[in-house]
Amino acid sequence: MAKRDDEIKQIPGEESGNGLSRRSFLKIGGLAAAVPVVTGPKIIQVGGEQVEVHGPHAAPITLMVNGKRQTLNVEPRVTLLDALREDLDVTGPKRVCDRGECGACTVLIDGKAVYSCSTLAIDAQGKEIVTIEGLMAGATQLSPVQEAYVQHDASQCGFCTSGFVTATTAFLRDHPNPTHEEMVRNLGGNFCRCGTYGGIREVVQAHAGGKRAATEAAGAVAVKGGF
Amino acid sequence: MRAFEYAAPKERRQALGLLGRSWGDTEILAGGTDLLSLMKDDIVTPKRLVNIKGVAGPELHAIMRKQNGVQIGALVHLADLPSASDIRERYPMLADAAMEAASPQIRNMATMGGNICQRPRCWYFRNGFGLLGQKDGKSLVMEGDNRYHAILGNEGPAYFVSPSSIVPSLIAYGAKVTLASASGTREVALEKFFVIPKDENQREHDLRPDEMLTLVTLPAPPAGAKVAHYEVRQKAAFDWPLATCAALLEMNGGTVKSARIVMGHVAPIPWVSNEAAQAMAGKPVTEETADAAGAAAVANAKSLGRNGYKIKLARVAVKRAILMAAKGGQA
Repeated sequence: MAKRDDEIKQIPGEESGNGLSRRSFLKIGGLAAAVPVVTGPKIIQVGGEQVEVHGPHAAPITLMVNGKRQTLNVEPRVTLLDALREDLDVTGPKRVCDRGECGACTVLIDGKAVYSCSTLAIDAQGKEIVTIEGLMAGATQLSPVQEAYVQHDASQCGFCTSGFVTATTAFLRDHPNPTHEEMVRNLGGNFCRCGTYGGIREVVQAHAGGKRAATEAAGAVAVKGGF
Repeated sequence: MRAFEYAAPKERRQALGLLGRSWGDTEILAGGTDLLSLMKDDIVTPKRLVNIKGVAGPELHAIMRKQNGVQIGALVHLADLPSASDIRERYPMLADAAMEAASPQIRNMATMGGNICQRPRCWYFRNGFGLLGQKDGKSLVMEGDNRYHAILGNEGPAYFVSPSSIVPSLIAYGAKVTLASASGTREVALEKFFVIPKDENQREHDLRPDEMLTLVTLPAPPAGAKVAHYEVRQKAAFDWPLATCAALLEMNGGTVKSARIVMGHVAPIPWVSNEAAQAMAGKPVTEETADAAGAAAVANAKSLGRNGYKIKLARVAVKRAILMAAKGGQA
């Protein structure tokens, strides 16, 4: 178990020892097709007033992701989830149902848990976006909620985990001492097909029991938009 | 998702001016929780999206007390309804219905206006066979799997069920909606906003392509009214209900003076059951009278083949909503 905890705590990057991850390799392969067409917004007259209309071609947008301002070229139809994963290499949020039904893509926008698959990237401008990467308490230090997921073995295949941890972080921030009913109602937007709900329930119960209160108080200062 | 133009106007009149004259030109983007899924599945393919979330002014964004009632802006999030004191204290059935809807992520994104204007969940509609779910002039609903379809108002050709679990409560409170276009505004009783389409060119809403729902207005709740909202679902959280009921009882001492009973997920429109309301009028609330009201509510219900079980569920939903209301909204 100790070894596994260490591995998880390193989290990170997807760069492996040989310097070329599966993801980087795929990106190099796809480079030729990724030359964006960039045009500015057109201005149309509506009732004597000028209104900017963007797209359908790609245009530059600016997103604030995990405290970092990033500019990227995307078409208006690109979801926040796809922009994060494909353009910004922020791959914590997962693309599973892509229909706002599973919760694997959960991110925080201005502190609220939302589905990034059901948000347009262009519509997320001017807001503070926090993904599971941004919940870390330090470069290699897990947040209290992330740590609790490890301690309570609340993950199996891991595909739902980043969305679940993000949703749990917002939930416990708003309900520091939750009832069972509040947990069912407020973590009901994430699914785990492996069935790790027992572990997730322990994460919440441990929090409610106040066992981790001190750690979390420290975390609240360290993690912006999180716990 | 197909490519589209995108505008995010700051002024109401700009937003209205950007709307199209026929369906398919333009869609209004608010929470996006229904619209983006419809667009990904090619069910809705607008040439232009008009994002109204940045429109300035309190009209679309605020919950405001007006005279004795309350006005809810179309862009108020579902998550904000239960926490607003004007809603929680005076319209608890609406607060409960909003808190039970969908998932926390969706409640954080989805809006009041979008909840009312969301499209049906019928799987034939969602798989590209049109609102009526037809192929070669035949109803796929009648020939296929209709386990979640309508048991009331299902004479055809529409068999889908009205999808909102909040609207029945709004109708029970006597809500009106304000619809704005570049040429003016009109107010419609929410009950009349929903229509059963007779052909594929009709929508399930009394909404024109160049109109935007801007406000929901609730009159003051009747003094001393007892209310409750009950949902029958397969899962405890994040599931579409199989049958719901919103009950509002005006009492005269120990007996019901008058009742508003509005059922959801049983018909192509939110179903106002005058039969159930009449069954309760002048009666005390007991297991027997509530059950008789439930029976009256489904007296004209009809199975399409695989959804007969919903008749019993709807009857139970009506009974339990009435009993819960009498107990002060607690189960």
